Amino acid sequence: MRTGGDAGRTRPIDFLPIAPVISEGTEHHMAESPTPAPPASPAAGRRGPTPKSIAVWSLVALAGAIGWATLALSRGEEVSAAWMLAAALGSYAIAYRFYSRFIANRVLKADKNRATPAERLDNGVDFHPTDRRVLFGHHFAAIAGAGPLVGPVLAAQMGYLPGTIWLVVGVIFAGAVQDMVTLFFSTRRNGRSLGQMARDEIGPVGGIAALVAVFIIMIILLAVLALVIVNALAHSPWGVFSIGMTIPIALFMGVYLRVLRPGKVSEVSFIGVALLLLAIVSGGWVAESSWADFFTLEPGTLVIWMIVYGFLASVLPVWLLLAPRDYLSTFMKVGTIGLLALGVVVALPTLKMPAVTDFASSGEGPVFAGSMFPFVFITIACGALSGFHSLVSSGTTPKMVQKETQIRMIGYGSMLVESFVAIMAMIAACIIDPGLYFAINAPVGVIGDSVQSASQAVANFGFTITPDALAQAAADVEEASLLSRTGGAPTFALGMAEIFSAVVGGTAMKAFWYHFAIMFEALFILTTVDAGTRVGRFMLQDMLGNAYKPFREVSWKPGVWFASAVVVGGWGYFLWVGVHDPLGGINQLFPLFGIANQLLAAVALAVCTTLLVKSGRLKWAWVTAVPLAWDVAVTLTASWQKIFSDDVKIGFFAQRDKYQAGIDAGEVLAPAKSMDDMRTVVTNSTVDGVLSALFALLIIVVLVDAGRVCYKAIRDPESVKLHEAPYVESKLVAPASLFATKEEKAELAAAGLGPEGGIRKEPAGTGSRS
Amino acid sequence: MTVADVRRVAGRIRWYVRELTGESTYDRYVAHTKAHDPEAQVMTRRAFERSRTDAREADPREGFRCC
Repeated sequence: MRTGGDAGRTRPIDFLPIAPVISEGTEHHMAESPTPAPPASPAAGRRGPTPKSIAVWSLVALAGAIGWATLALSRGEEVSAAWMLAAALGSYAIAYRFYSRFIANRVLKADKNRATPAERLDNGVDFHPTDRRVLFGHHFAAIAGAGPLVGPVLAAQMGYLPGTIWLVVGVIFAGAVQDMVTLFFSTRRNGRSLGQMARDEIGPVGGIAALVAVFIIMIILLAVLALVIVNALAHSPWGVFSIGMTIPIALFMGVYLRVLRPGKVSEVSFIGVALLLLAIVSGGWVAESSWADFFTLEPGTLVIWMIVYGFLASVLPVWLLLAPRDYLSTFMKVGTIGLLALGVVVALPTLKMPAVTDFASSGEGPVFAGSMFPFVFITIACGALSGFHSLVSSGTTPKMVQKETQIRMIGYGSMLVESFVAIMAMIAACIIDPGLYFAINAPVGVIGDSVQSASQAVANFGFTITPDALAQAAADVEEASLLSRTGGAPTFALGMAEIFSAVVGGTAMKAFWYHFAIMFEALFILTTVDAGTRVGRFMLQDMLGNAYKPFREVSWKPGVWFASAVVVGGWGYFLWVGVHDPLGGINQLFPLFGIANQLLAAVALAVCTTLLVKSGRLKWAWVTAVPLAWDVAVTLTASWQKIFSDDVKIGFFAQRDKYQAGIDAGEVLAPAKSMDDMRTVVTNSTVDGVLSALFALLIIVVLVDAGRVCYKAIRDPESVKLHEAPYVESKLVAPASLFATKEEKAELAAAGLGPEGGIRKEPAGTGSRS
Repeated sequence: MTVADVRRVAGRIRWYVRELTGESTYDRYVAHTKAHDPEAQVMTRRAFERSRTDAREADPREGFRCC
């Protein structure tokens, strides 16, 4: 990683910025000092609640409580999705209003008088104070992708309740807290990345472990996401054609922006979206034409195409493919999520999945093995607690925040919205017939490859669906078969098609909406594959640059090609393995992905906790330490079971031993069909097991190092070195939340500014306190 | 709703979309440069947009998307 080198090296306590400012205001300059300082805005914070606000918040709490009660107490009857919405939205509202405010004012002491890097280092391009509503949109678009749509769908095998509780409780106490606190500390450090903060504040060992973890996690993430797409597109000429068309569309947009009309992003995005819709519609025509065979691809063939695409995408110039694809996927993302929210509210479907299935306790679910603890919390990462967000929260966003007080709305607020997206994915998975759900999500090895065998297998799970119903469900969306379409994307697409077709178009439009949803997910994932491969390549080049300097040069082509090939080869290997694994790729690899993502969250939460302790906020360190402890318990328990469990469904090494014994005895054990299959299982299980162990080791190294730093900071507070940028008084006035409060409006008016805020028009220091 | 209201709302939406997509970055850059030095040479739109994508080429972590 490159260092910025511009962050201040002095302790803020020693730093008195502006000569004597009189009155209570001075204490704000010591916001990071160990002495308790008053909340950032004493005038706004110290009013008692009005009767009206007490009434409103009581109603919100009541709505949420009724929602939860209905979800939890219903047994045997179908529940309306409206209750899930009420439970989730009510909880989010309360958490945002009270908990996030507590974190902002009491824990972090976000200081509206302290200039952010965007204000201090404003260069009009990457550092510039951005309107809070725009930055909220940016940040949300950057954190939300396919992740929150996949995890909840898989977790639905245990019923809707465990996943929903974790989504809501997890986001409130862990995920949103992580995003917000990381964003805060990175903002105080001129937008330093998580890896840099780990190295600066914990030390080189923890820092390097964090860096290596990020790299390996990236590889696994890309492989699993690519696997989701391959499973959704295999044997689907409609899907393959539509997704394939996104490449020429993106190229066209790239050339348009580069050559024809530079910078005209909105107009080219409109053209792109229109072409995209055309591609979806024409996919249906292609599937019925003589070209269908050409676009009907085996999973193995798709893997090769994905690898070729991934490599080309990462060596081609950004403007040609990545940038336009990014615009397209952002437009689709925001538009579709909005539509989906609207569709759920209008259609209000009923949940057909039971609240809790037997798989929650037996741990023998076909989608992924293992019991509720820890595996629900591993499977649902994005939407509840996603380590990857800490990379965004310590990347672009902190360089654009106008006011420290806005971090609450941007960090905590966008994560709540992402959790809501995940809740909608949960709804989509639970409104389809449970029998169909299991037929789609169980691997071939379990349900066989005919509708009859699938129907039989589903009956053994305790659900019923006739072979005819299975065939009909596939015909409704114009797919040859829906059996074993693991990975979550097809299930989500089916649920979304159900919701949309209930609102617009009826059954006739179902196939269109299904492929629309597949396209929407594939677009996200391919964009992530592009961007992730590039980031991985960049990190690798940086590491190799330590050994041989030219590797750091992005213009040195052999270096770029080599590093790209290594990264693509890495995820390509796991993708290939996932597609060919006789035991089913998703149920083998998804837990690894979940563990990896939660591991990254542990790194981020460890950095946050260390920073809270080091900056004299020991009293409040539980805010990140409690979610950290939970996350570590979950991740290490899952790793432990994946490594040491005797159950061959769960433990990788137990699996290896069983199949190795089979090979030694010359027997072929189902679901393997040949000796080659047997050897594949042995190799895969070994690789997966070793990776699990490596992840566990890395997390322990980071935690021990962080613990050492915290211990030292508590024993000897004088020795603490913070790498915070020095205090500079802010001249900018802007509201903290979506809507300006009465005090903020008065302040804006006094500063001679409109509702957007901006630089104060009068000399600083006077009239700033209302 | 009067015509003026519609125009105001449309204007706000346009502003939001332009900000979100980064379409207004160039305008901001010109304003920023001129504010510091009215005589300064500003890049053309074409050159500016190229320099932005080149910067992303140089450090792909800018604008990284999540899962």
